[in-house]
Amino acid sequence: MNLIPLFVAIPLAMAFVMPLFGRLSRLLPDLLGNAATLALAALSCAMINLPMMVYKVGGWEPVNGVPIGIYLVVDGLAVLMLLIINVIGFAVSVYSIEYMRKYTDKARFYTLFLLMMAGMNGVVISGDMFNLYVFLEVAAIASYALVAFGTEAEELEAAFKYQVMGTAASGFILVGIAVLYSLTGTLNMADAGKVILEQGRSQGALFAGALFLMGFGLKAAIMPFHAWLPDAHPSAPAPISAMLSGVLIKAIGIYALCRIFFNVIGLNLTTSYILMAMGALSMIAGVFLAIGQWDMKRLFAYHSISQMGYVVMAIGIGTPLAVLGGLFHLVNHATFKSLLFLNSGAVVYSTGNRDLQKMGGLNQRMPVTGATSLIASMSIAGIPPFNGFWSKLIIILAAVQAGYYGLAALAVVGSIMTLASFLKVQRYGFFGKLRPVWKKVREAPVFMCVSMVLLALLCVGMGLLLLPGVKDGLLDRAADAVTGGTDYSGLVLGK
Amino acid sequence: MILLFLAIFLFLVGLYGVATKRNLIKIVIGLTIMEYATFLILALIGYRQGAAPPIVVEKMGGATFVDALPQALVLTAIVISLATTALLLSIALRIYHKYGTFDVGKIRRLKG
Repeated sequence: MNLIPLFVAIPLAMAFVMPLFGRLSRLLPDLLGNAATLALAALSCAMINLPMMVYKVGGWEPVNGVPIGIYLVVDGLAVLMLLIINVIGFAVSVYSIEYMRKYTDKARFYTLFLLMMAGMNGVVISGDMFNLYVFLEVAAIASYALVAFGTEAEELEAAFKYQVMGTAASGFILVGIAVLYSLTGTLNMADAGKVILEQGRSQGALFAGALFLMGFGLKAAIMPFHAWLPDAHPSAPAPISAMLSGVLIKAIGIYALCRIFFNVIGLNLTTSYILMAMGALSMIAGVFLAIGQWDMKRLFAYHSISQMGYVVMAIGIGTPLAVLGGLFHLVNHATFKSLLFLNSGAVVYSTGNRDLQKMGGLNQRMPVTGATSLIASMSIAGIPPFNGFWSKLIIILAAVQAGYYGLAALAVVGSIMTLASFLKVQRYGFFGKLRPVWKKVREAPVFMCVSMVLLALLCVGMGLLLLPGVKDGLLDRAADAVTGGTDYSGLVLGK
Repeated sequence: MILLFLAIFLFLVGLYGVATKRNLIKIVIGLTIMEYATFLILALIGYRQGAAPPIVVEKMGGATFVDALPQALVLTAIVISLATTALLLSIALRIYHKYGTFDVGKIRRLKG
């Protein structure tokens, strides 16, 4: 039996059940939502180490070797993304049980949250360009509504800005798909890749590439297109900030860029340079913008831009080692950035404040939040033995190996600045003297702590993914899927 | 070919509106123009000069048809754009309730 469609079917079905039955009891939305995310997390773990799978929706077999139906494809890269989406999604939904209590409508929250999960899973498993676009819009529209979920003035303003940018990006992506379709006469990504390879890469394919770079670059908030992110991500409720920064920008931004540029159009030197330049720019400018922020969530949001810069730069370098480092950093960023946003949520939950200047000494009153945020801060700053160190090390080594000494130096500078700004967070937020105002502050409730500890354990343990036996199963296969380039067509179409 | 360039021009008109207008509703209109231009581009890609509509009946052998796939894509995209526009307009209205204005220049609580 083929399990692939369940990644979309489970959250989608649950999202429709939720508004129908969610009002019956107060516990039901929590139970249903967490059951769905737990099932998804288990399902994505079951995908590890399986051979590449192709599912033809509706059983439409290819005619004369030309695929006519929609394909769902799970290869190494997709497995890696599914793991991030669903494991972080589970941690976030456990966290939401208590955090979302102060918002009035939990059933609607879970509906939107599960729709977003369905959209992201769909983007990752889809092997068809237009299908990818549809799932991308499902995820994006759910995320616009989630940013506005609190319906306060700032949240609405951020949501409007986010949605205008997001809709413009979708327009570029759709025109890109139209151009690619007019060139190749197919929407299947594997088939399109094959046709482009046979025709030779034309100017038209590069034009489509530019449109995709703009569209997905906006969705991934790479530097010239980043302006919406520092408003949108902090304005959402904390679990959603974690989901947006930790997962969404990767699933519908970076993943789609990798898929289109490596597996369909094929990477050439120009795109490679553009990706490297945009990545390096985001990496440095993001961290310099971050270090001056006093709003905790805003600071984390700017760091998302900076850390995504590392990933884009590594993917742009394009050697197998660099791609491995980039993808590993992507996974690590998902864990530590979602943990940081959950920490900020716990602080807001307990103190109602996210201004670093007004905090101080919270370690004494909130030991779990303090300890987990310390772990996350050291991970993002790249202190050994936490996971962020290993991935940054690989990226820097790969840059040196490929002869880009300047980029390696910039990556080191970015890392030092990241360390500085997280020392600031720890110094002002959690260490130092406890202010009298916070004397009566209580630690966050138990489910929030459970979820933060789970992510902290992942941050500590994920360095182990580089051990020889483990590395082949997950990271190597994901990197192979990317660097294999247009071999993707042959693997999917089965020739 | 001229039609295709006009559609691309329309796309740019919409983009100009989004980038320069100060009124929230006008920004939404700009986005809608962009979306419509995208649909036109899609439909034009499937168009063949002098071809029949893609409805196959008997005894038509040899006739050329326009490409039906982009038309199906446009239908899907219109539904998506409807959802986006509805959400965007409802957010714009909620903003009006909070700030009492549609002017982007006066809606500036977020900065940095």
